[in-house]
Amino acid sequence: MPNIIALLTGLIFGFGLAISGMTHTEIVLGFLDVAGQWNPSLLFVLSGAVSVTVAGFYWIRKLSKPVFANTFIVTEVKNIDRPLVIGSALFGIGWGISGYCPGPAIALLATPNWEVWVFLPALLFGYGLHEYVSKKLEVKIVNPTDNQSLRPEQPTCG
Amino acid sequence: MAVTNIVNAVIGGFLIGASATLLFWLNGRIAGISSVVASMLFTKDRLWPALFLLGVVAGAAIYYALGGSTPIPRNGFPVWLLAVSGVLVGFGTALARGCTSGHGVCGLGRLSLRSLVATLTFLSVGLLTTFIVRHLFGVI
Repeated sequence: MPNIIALLTGLIFGFGLAISGMTHTEIVLGFLDVAGQWNPSLLFVLSGAVSVTVAGFYWIRKLSKPVFANTFIVTEVKNIDRPLVIGSALFGIGWGISGYCPGPAIALLATPNWEVWVFLPALLFGYGLHEYVSKKLEVKIVNPTDNQSLRPEQPTCG
Repeated sequence: MAVTNIVNAVIGGFLIGASATLLFWLNGRIAGISSVVASMLFTKDRLWPALFLLGVVAGAAIYYALGGSTPIPRNGFPVWLLAVSGVLVGFGTALARGCTSGHGVCGLGRLSLRSLVATLTFLSVGLLTTFIVRHLFGVI
């Protein structure tokens, strides 16, 4: 059942991304380009999505467990650390250059053009590079708790 | 901008939020695309991430098949710059452990301070970068 849920929620996510206009780089960059002809679409997408998740997650967190799993898998990391800020800044540079963040880039496989065939392999290379670097660092770390905070067994966002 | 664009943006936002809420409620998982990709690539638990991503592609395909407007690629956008952008987005979101969906949609939904900092950081750096790339270097 969880696998069917994953497929169906992915389907809703992808449809939502496509209808929102976020797979169009000119709309995303139209939002980021405040000195050009400003396009507020992204603000409507993000606030629409967050208004649903704020209400939904508030209600869900009162439950003891998810419907088809034993636990909620959420990061325990709470502090604002350097990887969070530096990583987000690097992401912001990449996003501001091309107008692609990971979701739309993957959704674009539904109607692939040359940009996808350049961006997606580069994106995967970036993930691989991070995995390689963090594995290298892991060897040097003595403290096992630090180790855990660097590389969680289950990658989670937030 | 046209009213239909705003309506589509709001509908799309609601659907993305609904998807994230359902995945968390039913499976206990966070719908952060960058983490889902990382799970698929680097953990043993890769079936559900693969199915979720397959769903994302299929969902977009349905919208385009129903006549939704498909993105048009840019002519003359530098290939090397697009590649650099991809590496930065991949490495950056892996390091920050979240992207627009993980920190933006889900993290803000969880009222996570980390996610608020991440979202404000990538939004402000994104604004600055777009200004530099478009208006100082003239790349459109």
